[in-house]
Order: sequence, then structure tokens, then C-alpha cells
Amino acid sequence: MKGMTLIVKNVTRWVKILIFLFGVYITFFGHLSPGGGFAGGVILACSYVLLTLAMGRSAADENLPRSLAARLDCVGALLFLATALAGLLYGAAGFFFNFLHQRFLADKDTAFRLVSAGIIPVCNIAIALKVGASLFLIFLALSAFVPGPGDEVEE
Amino acid sequence: MLIFYVLLAFVLIAALIAVETKDLLSSVICLGAAGFGGALMFLFLYAPDIAITQVVVEVLSLIILIRVTLSRDITTISGEREFFAVVVSVVLLASVFLAGTQIFTQFPEFGAPLFATASPETHASQYYVQNGLEQTGAANAVAAIILDYRGYDTLGEATVLFTSILGASVLLRKKARIGREDRP
Repeated sequence: MKGMTLIVKNVTRWVKILIFLFGVYITFFGHLSPGGGFAGGVILACSYVLLTLAMGRSAADENLPRSLAARLDCVGALLFLATALAGLLYGAAGFFFNFLHQRFLADKDTAFRLVSAGIIPVCNIAIALKVGASLFLIFLALSAFVPGPGDEVEE
Repeated sequence: MLIFYVLLAFVLIAALIAVETKDLLSSVICLGAAGFGGALMFLFLYAPDIAITQVVVEVLSLIILIRVTLSRDITTISGEREFFAVVVSVVLLASVFLAGTQIFTQFPEFGAPLFATASPETHASQYYVQNGLEQTGAANAVAAIILDYRGYDTLGEATVLFTSILGASVLLRKKARIGREDRP
């Protein structure tokens, strides 16, 4: 993949940052407004898909190499599981116990603030990392689709 | 109420065209249209969380499918449908539909959801709405439910996604393809 024309590249150079920021916003405010980790992760993946389509594979490889995306996928999954397991340290309720809220934030009146809801924003970030990285990996795997033995290999 | 029938008709027509058309690109675009109709229905049902997710997933899958379609040489669907497969599908769908109509009779009336009428002693939904903010601190009740009360389900979903991505990237990686082509 070589990328598209100069106009598309120039527009992409500005728009990709806005899409990325919107994904971060949707993820971080998932416990206050509609959205959440899954939608935010898909929007993050969309910004990198736009980068790959407009600038070509090499530009995307500089920004987010395939190996780094695979690692981010694993980090997201493990962070989610670790957040759930950390609840076990705080007794009774155990797995998925919202210890950050119940132990540290419950008596501070944090409702409707960005720093509230304990483990929910952490889980949102973990899911966004996981979903974004894995959907970008799927896009890379499918966009390198080779039709048959006789056709030229895209790179 | 009328808007839902209009959107439902739109989704049904788009789905029928997607199944019946011979052109692969038209089929993919009609699939996207059906998805966006569903997203609009979620929006009119006051479910913005699901609507946002549906729209972004639909956009990404449409991009991937169009890209895959354009990179193929043959973009038309050919071949006859097998008689046996059609009969089996129709019988299975009819039985699922009949079982579904039995369930629909027990649903609450449209526009009167359970969490607005049920008592907190008997139904968990009302309990979540009343105690969600105090117990989890999350202003968004949907986030409170899917990541706190029902976090175990979300972990299962994340595991399913992880496994499917693992399988897809193993099957689609370049090394596997080259190895297959070199084999006699």
C-alpha cells in the first residue's frame, strides 16, 4: 500500500489527531457519559486505520508497529484481569470488588467528577487498549489480503 | 412509534438486498446500511451507549470489508444455492421464530421498561438504578452495571475477543500464507 493523494494526506495529518483525542475522551469519560472502553477503543483503532489507508503501511509502521500493537493487546487484557484480581486482596466481595471506590473514594463525594467510580475508568482504559490494538491488528491482517498465488503481494 | 416501523422496514429491505444481490460491493454497503439503521433505532430508544458502539463498529467493519472487497478480482457472487441447505435454514429459523413469539408474549409493554415499574425487592434492575451511583460512584448507570455489577460478563467478552483475534491473526499472517503456497 502506497497511500493516497496529497490532499488526503494533508487532511489526514490534522484529522487523525482529532479522532485519536475523541477516542481518548470517550474512554476516559466512559463512567460519566455514554461511551466507554469498547467504543473508545474502536475509535482509536479507526484513527490508525485512517493513517494506514491514507499514508501507506510504512507510516503506520512507524507510529504503531505490529509487534507493539500485539503487545498492547496483551497488556490491555492482563490489566483488565489484574484489576479484577486486585479485588481479592480486599476481602469479602472478592473478584471484581470495586476496592478503589469502596475503600478510598466512597466518603469523598466524588460523584460526576472525572476521578470517581474506582476501578471502572481503569477497566475502561484496559478495554480500550485491548479493543483498539486488536482491531488494528485485524485490519492489518485483512488489508494484506493476498487474492491468489499468481497475484502481486502488497507491501 | 412510527419511526421504529420505518427504520425496521429500512433495515429489513437493506438486509434482503444484502443477501440477494449478486454484486459483492453492493452487498457490503447494504450490510452497512442495515447496521446504521439499527444504530438509529438504538438512539431513538434512548440507548446512546449502544448506539455509539454500533456506529463505530459499523464504520470500522465497513472500511475493512470494502477494502477486502476491492482487493479481490472477482466481485460478483456466483453459484447456485443448495436445496438441502436452504431447507435446513428455513426449518431452523422457523422453529427459532416460533419459540421467540412465545417469549415476546411475556415481555413488558413497549415503552414501559421493567426497570421503571418493577420493585427493587424482586428485580435487580431497579436496584442498580437506585444504588448504582452510591455503590460504584459511576454517574453512567450502564458503565456501573457492565464493569462493576456484571464485570464477570465483560471479562468473558474480553476473553472471547482476545481468543478470536488470536485465531484470526494466526490464520491470516503472511508466513502461514507463504508456507501454504510453497507446499506442493
